Amino acid sequence: MNKVLLIAEHDGRHLNSSTAKALSCAAALEHAQITVAVFGHDVSGVGEEAARLAGVERVQLFDDPGFAMPLAAALASVIAAQALQYTHVFAPSTTFGKDLMPRVAALLDVPAVSDIMAVESARRFRRPIYAGNVVLTVEVVDAPVVVGTVRTASFEAAPAGGQASVEKAGVFLRGVTHSRVISQAQAPEGRPDLQTARRVVSGGRALGSAEKFQLVHDLADALGAAVGASRAAVDAGYAPNQLQVGQTGKVIAPDLYIALGISGAIQHLTGIKDARTIVAINTDSEAPIFESADYGLVGDIFELVPQLQVLLQSRAGRQ
Amino acid sequence: MKRILVGIKRVVDYNVRVRVKPDNTGVVTDGVKLGINPFDEIALEEALRLKERGAADEVVVVSIGPADVQAQLRTALAMGADRALLVATDVPVEPLDAAKLLLKLVEREQPFLVLLGKQAIDDDNGQVGQMLSALWDRPQATFASKVEVLDQALRVTREVDAGLELLEVDLPAVVTVDLRLNEPRYVKLPEIIKAKKKPLEMLDPAVLGVVPCERVRALRYEAPAARARGVRVKDVAELVAALESRGLI
Repeated sequence: MNKVLLIAEHDGRHLNSSTAKALSCAAALEHAQITVAVFGHDVSGVGEEAARLAGVERVQLFDDPGFAMPLAAALASVIAAQALQYTHVFAPSTTFGKDLMPRVAALLDVPAVSDIMAVESARRFRRPIYAGNVVLTVEVVDAPVVVGTVRTASFEAAPAGGQASVEKAGVFLRGVTHSRVISQAQAPEGRPDLQTARRVVSGGRALGSAEKFQLVHDLADALGAAVGASRAAVDAGYAPNQLQVGQTGKVIAPDLYIALGISGAIQHLTGIKDARTIVAINTDSEAPIFESADYGLVGDIFELVPQLQVLLQSRAGRQ
Repeated sequence: MKRILVGIKRVVDYNVRVRVKPDNTGVVTDGVKLGINPFDEIALEEALRLKERGAADEVVVVSIGPADVQAQLRTALAMGADRALLVATDVPVEPLDAAKLLLKLVEREQPFLVLLGKQAIDDDNGQVGQMLSALWDRPQATFASKVEVLDQALRVTREVDAGLELLEVDLPAVVTVDLRLNEPRYVKLPEIIKAKKKPLEMLDPAVLGVVPCERVRALRYEAPAARARGVRVKDVAELVAALESRGLI
């Protein structure tokens, strides 16, 4: 029997889909009994969302003004205090989970397993190292509880269909005053989130300028896709940092990834190799991106993308 | 003395295409170029800039690893660090023990700030900074893309998934740095010569009271599964047809 505590990620209103993906990892443990912990303030709605995920047995709400901001220092001590009732404590390997879980592990004097991509047994996991160029199988040999983060790109989101109970946990806050969030990042409205979108259109250095990067946005809008960028495009100032896809940016696994004018440096490919279908459009027929692309089209993006949009539009008109 | 402690890890150079050993027991490191973890270089650069702006008096670099990691510490000294500490050990040191060793050095050196890379590019754990701040019971600011020193606190811009977060933490604190914080300086030849005379102290982990142990066993190293080779389409119409047939649009 494995008893898993999964720490939910949310934005105060809704559960982040990384939680449902991390849940699938937890469910891959044999005979898993899964409790989802939701930390926040006025988050009963988030708790209800978690309760509806298939495979969740119980939701614990840690609802307190002290948890309004997801501060690792505030959450870690409360999680550590619960942890020994469980065999595993997991969180998604997002910036939220990566910030939090090592702190939890150290408080428990146990190791942490980062970026779990596959479960081999209760204590044996596979994880990427060297930017995904090597896969390492590890075994936690000396720890009363397994603390880990889940590489969300490796797991499908757990479906709805659960009917878990939602319990309010008693909160014993050791107030954290030494850390204060001055302003929180807000995801832009109206466009799918890059990390979780089913379709992503990304642009590279070949876009040439921030103005011309609009081409990427236009195609993304036509497809209802999120926008991404290569590191070269971000470094050149064509797109903001948080759109960077790759080893040093976001690792994503959309159903469809369209790379426009991206040559395909290893560090970029590392971020997209779990995408179901990769399309590359590039003038350079020798570009390494074509090695990884399911569909490669050689040509000028400034000619081909408008053609593509016309075709997509006429297709939409047909339907 | 306002001191900054900077962690330096030696890793396989980021330009090297890493290969798995035929017996799956590790990656090939013989004859492979080694260097300072790129994120640690950024941490060091930030510490040097803070000192140059008068926000710190001394920059101490520290590494944990085999005795020949002195070479990377000399490079760090040539970049501008004032002195170096090397916790010398030939056994692999897991993040939790690295954090415990760093805590011992923090207690000894009393820094107001510890700057670390957000992760090492070899084992990609990304744990040491958070573990150190937990054991030290001090604030952490991870994934920093901007660091501003106030009177008794830091304002750190963090690169989180949704964008940028502004976090204020009281000092002393641990900051782990992201790629876009700065661009590390190049080392000049006269600095390399000068660095040979800077103090570099060797320390024994057992004397510090930490015996590194194995809590997570590495069982097998493998190359990842390759993607199946795709096809070239001749035009946009063929591409749209292919995507349609797979139900992608």
